[in-house]
Amino acid sequence: MEKALKKYFVIFTVPTLIAFAFAFIIPFIQGLYLSFCEFTTVGNAKWVGFENYKLAFTEGQGFTRALGFTAAFTVISVITINIFAFAIALMLTRKIKGTNLFRTVFFMPNLIGGIVLGYTWQQMINAILYQFETTIVSDAKYGFWGLIILMNWQMVGYMMIIYIAGLQNIPTDLIEAAKIDGATSWQTLIKVKIPMVMSSITICMFLTLSNSFKLFDQNKALTNGAPRNKTQMLALNIYDTFYGKTGYEGVGQAKAVIFFIIVAVIALAQLSFTRSKEVEQ
Amino acid sequence: MKKKVISALLSVAMISSLLIGCGGSDTTAEAPAETAETSTETEKAEEPAKEAETTEASAEGGSVYYLNFKPEVDEQWQEIAAAYTAETGVPVKVVTAASGTYEEVLKSEIAGSDAPTLFQINGPVGYNSWKDYCMDLTDTELYKNLADKSLAVTGDDGGVYGVPYTVESYGIIYNDEIMQKYFAMDGAVAKSVDEINSFDTLKAVVEDMQAKKDELGIDGVFACTSLLPGEDWRWQTHLANIPVYYEYKDKGVTDLDELEFTYSENFKNIFDLYINNSTCAPTLLGSKAVTDSMAEFALGQCAMVQNGNWGWGQIAGVDGNVVTEENVKFMPIYIGADGEANQGLCTGTENFWCVNSATSEANQKATLDFVNWLISSDAGKDYMVNTLGNAAPFSTFGDDEKPQDPLAKEMFRYMENGKTSVSWNFTTFPSQDFKDDFGAALLEYCNGNMTWDEVADTVVTRWAEEKAATK
Repeated sequence: MEKALKKYFVIFTVPTLIAFAFAFIIPFIQGLYLSFCEFTTVGNAKWVGFENYKLAFTEGQGFTRALGFTAAFTVISVITINIFAFAIALMLTRKIKGTNLFRTVFFMPNLIGGIVLGYTWQQMINAILYQFETTIVSDAKYGFWGLIILMNWQMVGYMMIIYIAGLQNIPTDLIEAAKIDGATSWQTLIKVKIPMVMSSITICMFLTLSNSFKLFDQNKALTNGAPRNKTQMLALNIYDTFYGKTGYEGVGQAKAVIFFIIVAVIALAQLSFTRSKEVEQ
Repeated sequence: MKKKVISALLSVAMISSLLIGCGGSDTTAEAPAETAETSTETEKAEEPAKEAETTEASAEGGSVYYLNFKPEVDEQWQEIAAAYTAETGVPVKVVTAASGTYEEVLKSEIAGSDAPTLFQINGPVGYNSWKDYCMDLTDTELYKNLADKSLAVTGDDGGVYGVPYTVESYGIIYNDEIMQKYFAMDGAVAKSVDEINSFDTLKAVVEDMQAKKDELGIDGVFACTSLLPGEDWRWQTHLANIPVYYEYKDKGVTDLDELEFTYSENFKNIFDLYINNSTCAPTLLGSKAVTDSMAEFALGQCAMVQNGNWGWGQIAGVDGNVVTEENVKFMPIYIGADGEANQGLCTGTENFWCVNSATSEANQKATLDFVNWLISSDAGKDYMVNTLGNAAPFSTFGDDEKPQDPLAKEMFRYMENGKTSVSWNFTTFPSQDFKDDFGAALLEYCNGNMTWDEVADTVVTRWAEEKAATK
């Protein structure tokens, strides 16, 4: 077996490695290089050292403000999405009628693209705000909660499926044993179910965290940063820097590298934290 | 067993994050994808011609690739490309960037191996970012035939790098039917549009009309001031041009590193007039797009809308359009500056053709031949004027070779009646970012979150910052 694996190692891994190199490693290294350059197109870059990184943090860039907004958004959306998803998963594993229909319905929003969702919700939220003679772009808090609602609507169904899979994998004898020992349903939930689905929680936390942090389409379509870039998230800030300002392509690239580091650090920290809570079955 | 489930779940999670990652980049890919679609058409059309005349084409060796800026004339360009290929055998590919994505598409396309040979910039600021790719056009037929040489974009070295292919005007478009109805009323402030030749009369007329809007059968005098992000260019670019024009004129300059915004009050006055005498409340403007404004005008819900001669297509294209061709007219935008009684429309261009200096010489030659064909051959001129509706500023075009839509006719009327046109100085506005911030500040002003002083302050500081940044 070992030998066979070694023998076919090349055949099985090289195609993937090549694809990975072309689609990820090479662009990544080029991007890293470009973040130290001044350029208009990738072909005519000029080395400028750390200048771009210094510029990225100047006040006019709004990078730190976007970081603050993104962090606030991520915290709220991770909490709300996971609570709603878990609650719905609990409800839909109770063998009530029409469970499958509900699961499908909850999952469906996930199949719609972010741009479409953004515009749809912009129309819907504006339709309500019209009653009060205002619009989603008149105040940053409308944009913020609009994004939270949108993300919940889109992501809850997906996370729900993962939680359902986790809940269905809890051995029934464990729950029965808890019942016989006289545990209330609340105690069963806290002491048995949640520890047993910890691996699902890890995945869901990871997905919601990284997706919320990297959110772009929905942000662009819903408010496009209005009013005055107060609802601009990191990815949109980078995009606007790259395409909106002449001569700032390198700064946009530097921001993107910083963005990558932040996302990687947060995601890895979160993974190792929730992993440590998982129980061996 | 459990392990397997977990690993399966994890791999699902990983794959989905990959998929979601792809989803994220969709938007950026969208523009080229859309354009790719439109370009296939020509390629198809090209093929038979190519086969028939391969020898000729390969002898020359060059081909033309035009990256078109205006999505509204994409089909027309495809038609022209096919016609040119049929006539000369030179392959012409036209790709159109989706609205608002031109810079992005150009950035990615020009870096590729099959780069556009002909593209466009919006003026000196655009030239600044694309100067490495602009070829000197001084010795070309294109430049030699340009009627007014001052319109071209020149570099510091005196070379000519961008040549305008059309001239456009904007002002306040009004519905003459509604205006005549008003003038016929008792107690009307003015009796004809000719009497409106200053901001004060304009204001008096507009406010009186707004008070009598029910009798006039309109919802408001002005169409909504569209301030949806990305739809605010009529204000932060076009309207803002007028105070900047007067400031430049007072100071005798054509560009400034630091704008004082001396006509800030004038801008506020006209802007207030727009938003307070409109079809909807100022707080709702953040949800309005340009098409909303044009639709309101076309449906006769308002009497005036600020836009340019390109707006005719939009007005005519609205379903249930009640405005007839002879009632669509232009008047200048008055802001209360000295001597504005003689002010005309804002006329200029931000459409300059550039030839890619990085492409092969054969391609450059093919491209120059192509544009030369457009401005000098009968077929090409016909396409320029009648198909594309361009008011081409070349000496090769005769007096009868002008677009015939009502707004274009108005534009020529203003050019010829001795009024002073306001030039397009927004081509010197520092960056898109500046304009976006200006538009965002206007929106905040409409929502009551910013005072006018703060808006003016934003304009002055952002101008200076962005000018310094692009030096």
